[in-house]
Amino acid sequence: MRRLLASFSLLLIAPLSWGVPQIQHWQTQNGAKVLFVPSTALPIVDLRVVFAAGSVRDNGLAGVAQLTNNLLDTAAGDLNAQQIATQLEGVGARLGLESLRDMAVLSLRSLREERFFKPAFEVFNTILQQPRFEQSEIDRIRKQMLISLKNAKQSPSALASKAFYKAVYGTHPLASPPGGTDESLPVIQREQILAFYQRFYVAKNAVIAIVADLDRAAAEALAERISSGLPEGKKAAALPMIPELKKAQLIRIQFPSKQSHISIGQAGMSRTDADFYPLYVGNHTFGGSGFSSRLMQEVREKRGLAYSVYSYFSPMEQAGPFEMGLQTRNDQVEESLQIVKRELQKFITEGPSAEELDASIRNITGAAPLRIDSNKKLVQYLAMIGFYHLPLDYLDKFDQRITSVSLAQVKTAFQQRLHPDKMVTVIVGDQTVEAANEQKTARRN
Amino acid sequence: MWALSLMFVSGLLQATEVHEFQLDNGLKILVQEDHRAPVVVSQIWYKVGSSYEHGGITGVSHVLEHMMFKGTEKHASGEFSRIIALNGGRENAFTSSDYTAYFQRINKDRLGLCLELEADRMRNLRLDATEFAKEVNVVKEERRMRTDDKPRSLTYERFKAVAYSSSPYGNPVIGWMGDLDSLTLEDAQTWYEAWYAPNNATLVVVGDVKPAEVFALAKHHFGALKPSKQPLIKARAEVQQHGTQRLTLKLPAKLPYLIMGYKTPVLKSVDEPWKAYALEVLVGILDGGDSARFSDRLVRSRQLAASAGASYNLHGRLDAMLVLDGIPAQDHDLDALETALLAEVELLKQGKISVAELNRVKAGVLASSVYERDSMFYQAMQIGILETNGVGYQALDEYLAAIQAVTVKQVAQVAREYLKMEQLTVARLEPLPLETEKKPPASRSGLRGDKL
Repeated sequence: MRRLLASFSLLLIAPLSWGVPQIQHWQTQNGAKVLFVPSTALPIVDLRVVFAAGSVRDNGLAGVAQLTNNLLDTAAGDLNAQQIATQLEGVGARLGLESLRDMAVLSLRSLREERFFKPAFEVFNTILQQPRFEQSEIDRIRKQMLISLKNAKQSPSALASKAFYKAVYGTHPLASPPGGTDESLPVIQREQILAFYQRFYVAKNAVIAIVADLDRAAAEALAERISSGLPEGKKAAALPMIPELKKAQLIRIQFPSKQSHISIGQAGMSRTDADFYPLYVGNHTFGGSGFSSRLMQEVREKRGLAYSVYSYFSPMEQAGPFEMGLQTRNDQVEESLQIVKRELQKFITEGPSAEELDASIRNITGAAPLRIDSNKKLVQYLAMIGFYHLPLDYLDKFDQRITSVSLAQVKTAFQQRLHPDKMVTVIVGDQTVEAANEQKTARRN
Repeated sequence: MWALSLMFVSGLLQATEVHEFQLDNGLKILVQEDHRAPVVVSQIWYKVGSSYEHGGITGVSHVLEHMMFKGTEKHASGEFSRIIALNGGRENAFTSSDYTAYFQRINKDRLGLCLELEADRMRNLRLDATEFAKEVNVVKEERRMRTDDKPRSLTYERFKAVAYSSSPYGNPVIGWMGDLDSLTLEDAQTWYEAWYAPNNATLVVVGDVKPAEVFALAKHHFGALKPSKQPLIKARAEVQQHGTQRLTLKLPAKLPYLIMGYKTPVLKSVDEPWKAYALEVLVGILDGGDSARFSDRLVRSRQLAASAGASYNLHGRLDAMLVLDGIPAQDHDLDALETALLAEVELLKQGKISVAELNRVKAGVLASSVYERDSMFYQAMQIGILETNGVGYQALDEYLAAIQAVTVKQVAQVAREYLKMEQLTVARLEPLPLETEKKPPASRSGLRGDKL
């Protein structure tokens, strides 16, 4: 594959605008937010239920959000893990559980026909509404998560990412590692998991997205059935402010790999940021558009220094990171680092050219229909709109807002929001090679 | 609970016919309509990949794939990508052991533009020495990222190299590092001239299009291209294996890893087609979801494995393997996991499979066939792979019925016939400590790394 991370930023940002289907929106009786688009092309139902229950809610107990989410389908109602899996798979249904930094997700894909959908939907609701959190399952999933931590320790990119979040967010909840830590996981108690579930898996903290071959009445009934089995509860509290970085930080982690993984960045923007569109379009030019981006041109196309090089904003409810990343042979770290830093400084000072801006706008707006050409993509976008409180006309206006971004706006936004002198730089790789190379360079000079 | 029936699903899936055309120069065109959104997926598939390569030039198919973006007589390096991007398209390419494919996802009214550009680089690529030198470096970085620095990927690469004695599947798609070091522009040029021709390619289009219009567009853009004669590739059939083969990798890592592969035929080569489908169902019984045996028994009940998987590609071009793999759970080792996997294979041989299990696998396959309709790209991929591997896209129509027809007895029979110890290769990754704090070397002689 030629490009691993070609449309990285697009995946993370997920806008949409072409022939936008009318989104229907309402609230269930006990306060869950519902977004629905009927889709008759395929006889299937896609459900996505999202809670503000990601690792930002760990509250000092790293991993509790993910542990809670992972446990949902291990014992619920009068079903054990095997019965849950058997009943779902017997009717061809697909269950998804995800725990991210800001959200927890349960998704279900099923055939629409009643005799398949009904049993699958029953199991789905049981998992969501009556998880038992059995001690034996807690112990088992905890071990699984400890193995995942070990796996992350043999991956230079996972090590870099962890160090990057820690350095950028410090004591803020966004720094809490979603998979927990070797210290936190062993001490998490059942009562704490139960408390987490009871606090966050509640109607008022939920968004229900539905894309299905169903009419409005049927969709309303589905949403009610999901929501009515949950306590009304209350929305998750606002998160603390993200502390500002005071000075540049360089973190080096020794790792016996052939390549070094480099991450550079800072806190970026939120989903509802006033500068969202200028920063989005600007980053598309700078490092978000794959081949035509400045970073790709300078690092890969002109010099062959890396296979993958990119920059992205990862907008969340609060400012998720702005990150520039690449992987290169250990002895090419200094050269690559200098290029990336120089390009960022240049872009902040000069902004994109008129031609680049035009190309980015044409690429983004021209791809509008591709973003919603499947039910799967559409249901993810609905959940995103609901979760981040984006206006319902967000989709309709997206292209227009992209098109109206000016050169001056991009330049101003980058100058005001990105601070290269205070960014975090993480380098994970074999620094014995790198150091030797520097000595060699010094001798040559 | 209701069982999913084949008739039910067939009723749901409107006849999604594949329309087939061929140009005089041999280019095959396969079109499937999907009118859900005003977009199109366009893919060009070439019958060439790492299994066409011989020793010394491994990786050349993949390097050439990279070079296909570096300009033609008409378009400068990078212009292909720039033009597609300006038109709101997404594009990329991928290489495997048996194919090299290029694709665009784009507004339906830009299909002609894609075909024009693809036709141009099918015959008019300009391979430049400077671009080549840079791109080989990019590919080496790709290799380091995907294989060298990933202990399980590296284990899998070496596992294949040991498992196959004479089959070209022993070579990695990305190529050995030494071969990449010595690869020349001439190698790439020769490879391009040998394989990039209309009579060695298939155009697959899925989307909001009319088959006749696609044919007309293809004829307009590709019609004038000359066919050429491809080199004869020797069969290099895998020799008979006579006993279990074993290898151990000791690498800096945190988790051990086990791979076990049994030599198996593919649909194309098997003496009776039902056997290939029975192997497919066998894999489903072991690893067809959270209710399947590996999850149920190895991961949850006995907690021997942190993860365990099974895979088999019945639509492959050449004979390959049915592969089991797994990571031991905490407090268990590779020996315990290997014993457990072998015991699972033994149960299958004895036919200890319930009808409910079998039906669950079949239900999963049927439901998937409906869900897959949600992705135009996936549908195009299926058509392209089958056609390029010489299986024929028609195999898709047979697939559902053939899977539904598989019986418990048949699964047991193929288990006994193919999952034999003398057909087995076992690879183990045994971790070395990662925390090897080394001091920077004082002189150049102490340097590590590929080259300085």
